[in-house]
Amino acid sequence: MKERTITLDHGSGGRATHELVREVFARAFDNAFLGQMNDSAVLQVPAGRIAMSTDSYVVDPVVFPGGNIGSLAVHGTINDLAMSGARPLYLTAGFVLEEGLSLALLEEIVEAMARAARDAQVAVVAGDTKVVPKGKADKIFINTAGVGVVPEGLELGGQYARPGDVVLINGTIGDHGMAILCTREGIAMEGEIQSDSAALHDLVAELLEACPQVRVLRDPTRGGVATTLNEIARQSEVGIRLFEEALPIRDDVAGACELLGLDPLYVANEGKVLAIVPRSVAEKALDVLRGHPLGRDARLIGEVTDRDPGRVVLCTRIGGHRLLDMLRGEQLPRIC
Amino acid sequence: MNPSGERGLRRVRVQVDGIVQGVGFRPTVYQLARSLDLAGRVRNDSEGVEIEVAGPEDRVAEFLRRLPREAPPLAKIVRMDVEERPYSPVDGFLIQASERTGSRTTLISPDVSICDDCLRELFDPHDRRFRYPFINCTNCGPRYTIIRDIPYDRDKTTMVSFPMCPACRAEYENPRDRRFHAQPNACWECGPTVWLEDPEGRRLAERDAAVRETIRLLSEGKIAAVKGLGGFHLAVAAGDEEAVARLRRRKIREEKPFAVMFSSLEDIRGVCRVSPEEEALLMSRERPIVLLARRPEPKPGCPPVAPSVAPGNRFLGAFLPYTPLHALLFRDAPYRALVMTSGNQSDEPIVTEDQTARERLRGIADAFLFHNRDIYIRCDDSVVRSARGKPRPIRRARGYVPVPVVLREPGPTVLGVGGELKNTVCLTRGRYAFLSQHVGDLENLETLRAFEHTIDHLKRILEVRPELIVHDLHLDYLSTQWAEARTDLPRLAVQHHHAHIASVAAERGWNGPVLGVALDGTGYGADGTLWGGEFLWVDGARYERLGRFSRLPLPGGEKAIKEPWRMAVAALWSLAGEEAERVHDDILSRWPERQRRVVLRMLQKGFNSPLSSSCGRLFDAVSSLAGLRDRITYEGQAAVELEQALEPDSGAYEARLVKEEDLWVLDTLPLLEETVRDVRRGVRPGLVSARFHNGLARAVVRMVEILREETGLSAVALSGGVFQNVYLSGKVEQELEDRGFEVLVHQEVPPNDACIALGQVHVGREYLKTLT
Ligand SMILES: [Fe+3]
Ligand SMILES: [Mg+2]
Ligand SMILES: [Zn+2]
Ligand SMILES: [Zn+2]
Repeated sequence: MKERTITLDHGSGGRATHELVREVFARAFDNAFLGQMNDSAVLQVPAGRIAMSTDSYVVDPVVFPGGNIGSLAVHGTINDLAMSGARPLYLTAGFVLEEGLSLALLEEIVEAMARAARDAQVAVVAGDTKVVPKGKADKIFINTAGVGVVPEGLELGGQYARPGDVVLINGTIGDHGMAILCTREGIAMEGEIQSDSAALHDLVAELLEACPQVRVLRDPTRGGVATTLNEIARQSEVGIRLFEEALPIRDDVAGACELLGLDPLYVANEGKVLAIVPRSVAEKALDVLRGHPLGRDARLIGEVTDRDPGRVVLCTRIGGHRLLDMLRGEQLPRIC
Repeated sequence: MNPSGERGLRRVRVQVDGIVQGVGFRPTVYQLARSLDLAGRVRNDSEGVEIEVAGPEDRVAEFLRRLPREAPPLAKIVRMDVEERPYSPVDGFLIQASERTGSRTTLISPDVSICDDCLRELFDPHDRRFRYPFINCTNCGPRYTIIRDIPYDRDKTTMVSFPMCPACRAEYENPRDRRFHAQPNACWECGPTVWLEDPEGRRLAERDAAVRETIRLLSEGKIAAVKGLGGFHLAVAAGDEEAVARLRRRKIREEKPFAVMFSSLEDIRGVCRVSPEEEALLMSRERPIVLLARRPEPKPGCPPVAPSVAPGNRFLGAFLPYTPLHALLFRDAPYRALVMTSGNQSDEPIVTEDQTARERLRGIADAFLFHNRDIYIRCDDSVVRSARGKPRPIRRARGYVPVPVVLREPGPTVLGVGGELKNTVCLTRGRYAFLSQHVGDLENLETLRAFEHTIDHLKRILEVRPELIVHDLHLDYLSTQWAEARTDLPRLAVQHHHAHIASVAAERGWNGPVLGVALDGTGYGADGTLWGGEFLWVDGARYERLGRFSRLPLPGGEKAIKEPWRMAVAALWSLAGEEAERVHDDILSRWPERQRRVVLRMLQKGFNSPLSSSCGRLFDAVSSLAGLRDRITYEGQAAVELEQALEPDSGAYEARLVKEEDLWVLDTLPLLEETVRDVRRGVRPGLVSARFHNGLARAVVRMVEILREETGLSAVALSGGVFQNVYLSGKVEQELEDRGFEVLVHQEVPPNDACIALGQVHVGREYLKTLT
């Protein structure tokens, strides 16, 4: 039997579109707002400050160990909201589909997306679908936008790191990026490297509840831990020291990085949060993180100093101080 | 007839520029004038030294003739202007006080190895400086490393805390004394001293007893941190295998050869072959480490050199004691050779401060021989080879810095911030280009600080403000980023290999267009790919790429540079493509299956495998294919070992020259093909190496001939790290000269990336010219 695929008709706005929305999207996301099928969703929002965020997802491959582009699109935007301390409430989803995309694959992606949203207790309240001719997109692109509400009195931001603070992370580094790369490049490692893609708002809420003194939360996605910390170091005009010994890196991830010539500190994560907190609450914060399923491998990986403002320095096992700078463009060798 | 018309009498004013202060120049002038019975005066001024002499015409002429020749050893006369004055009688000859005004254009002397006179006094029991570790005079001793600011006077050096005793002061003030105005002049009474500490900071011994105790510890195989001129050394008896191996372990230095300081030239001769030119380098007052070919069989009676000193190496970096303290450490010692390696951990800059030494070298040294004359400027030992009888610097630092490279003409002040590895910086003033000492690899905090400190220091002692900052095209070089952050000054980005060629042109005083051959590791190219085997047309600020090596992918980026076996796989892949696994299975199976599979996969998909026309990477590929080196533990190791393995052979692998669009390409695939064929036939690595070298040299020369026909240029400049290879360099130079080319090669600065900063300032100044 011939596989059913997306055709240009599905994007025409006509019957095929309606069918697709009803059969695939509405069924999966099933909620009152979507069910109304109006031009926009009208939402009840609690009083206080609102956080908004949007992100587009274009990952290749669209399905990878530990998730697919759908679950990733939900986790990513939820995490962006969570990093400002917000409790995520609603998401929208926009799809750009390439003509010829397998309908079964689309269903798989949308279902994963719906499941991720349900698990996170966030509703997908509006959506859009476009189909482009073959070759004008790569299978499927998804944009998600989200709103959340920020609790009273919370003031988080990359500019708030202070000398004497410490840097915490909720688990291992580089998992998502290496899961994607190994799948895409067809590189078999001994075990399969799983993406860490996960929604962090729950973990973050527990952390903020226990330690309202938290100063910075950031998800080290593109560019990895090194790039994110560089941004913070510049915003706060502080130096950041990372301890090589303390970095949690899975053996298979380290091995794959080694083979491919990549530095795990520059590899993307999708279920990690970097938390900068005053040293006085570090122990407590670590306890909270470790008590959550997404933070079992939480560690203190670095500290904030007044030395070398704007720079991130890796204190190596042998006592050296390697500069971890912000890379521009592709990683071209600097060795002559 | 002189201007005043007085028959037979003449008066002249002589302005001498160069390194003429603090080197005993004025006493020499004084003595020469007196011996010729001439009257006049001499004084230091902001430009250098100003002399006036008057007397009979013939003797004034003789004075002018003899002055440059009889100048003291440390003087370097760059220019001597003679101006006729109306004659009027003068009485006597005066040494006048220094002029302190005007711009700071005098040159600072580098540090100089102990002179024979001081050495004699050092071991003369009747001399008041008998066994004094800091004996010096105007002809020798520390300079650059102790100078905080100029003018060069004691209070501007780290000697400021040692007021001279009456005896020292008398010498210092006597124009006829060897120590007249010797700023570091000191003695047991008034000067710096040494002491020995254990790693816990307990004093074990002081003064002379400290030296004697250090000798005892060294002879027992202990590792001593010895504070020197430009930084700390880690010293250990070179013949003691266990001790040397311990030093390697503690310093985390796997295979990079250690340099060995021998007690005498004769002992070096026992271990290495020494040509007259190499002897001259070893004995020079710069006292660099000289890379020498080892004798297959050391002469009987020569000091033993343990295998771990330079594992598997046919060369040895040898040097001679250059401070009084070194001389003392060899006096009556049971050993005659010491490993003297830079006091640091792996890739950090050499330690200069006592407290840092206590902290950073604690796990390495068993004892610390300190002294209390602070090191203000870090300066590593210099390293040099001899190539066709000429010096070929590998690392330019102590002894050579801050002697400037003299440029063809004066120009605006420009700062070049250099490359990333083996970084140096360069600042110009007038006709001089002041290339800094070796700073190091800009990948750690300490080196970055040293980089910034060096720039600040150069600016201060030269009293200049650059009009332009020149940096590399590579955006991720720390030096580039540093330059970009200086928003108050205009900037210019210069392509890496353009800078390489410009540096030879600058050094050799070349004017006008030149063909450039840059055989190098990797540098960022104008087209966004990595360059490193380049044929350029260079004319000052302009250049054009005329040809290049064919490209190889670098599977894993920097990883491919650290693991030459990846380059071997890349070569096999380039030869056979998808068939590689089948056709070259015998060679590929040398490497673990999973790793080579991943690398092949990366090559197939082009993942993290940037393309490069690098010549250095070609060496890496051949070194690994020949079975010599799969992973390196120090930069350039695979290429170094390929050169060292070479056994003379007349064979030569063929490369192909083809024109692709506008660019000539030196296609190395046929050469790699022949390499693989020989390897497969079991040809010895030494012969593979020879045929590869010969073939490569031949192809480069043929390319240059083609380019001469196309451009009409017959001057060729050679630069890039590959030209540290004296076999290849020698062959290329010789064959080009035989074909009538004028060949420009590095003699004052290294061909590796230490020359980039000099090339940058040259291009920068030419660029500024085009604006006006
Ligand atoms: Fe270079
Ligand atoms: Mg985002
Ligand atoms: Zn002397
Ligand atoms: Zn004295």
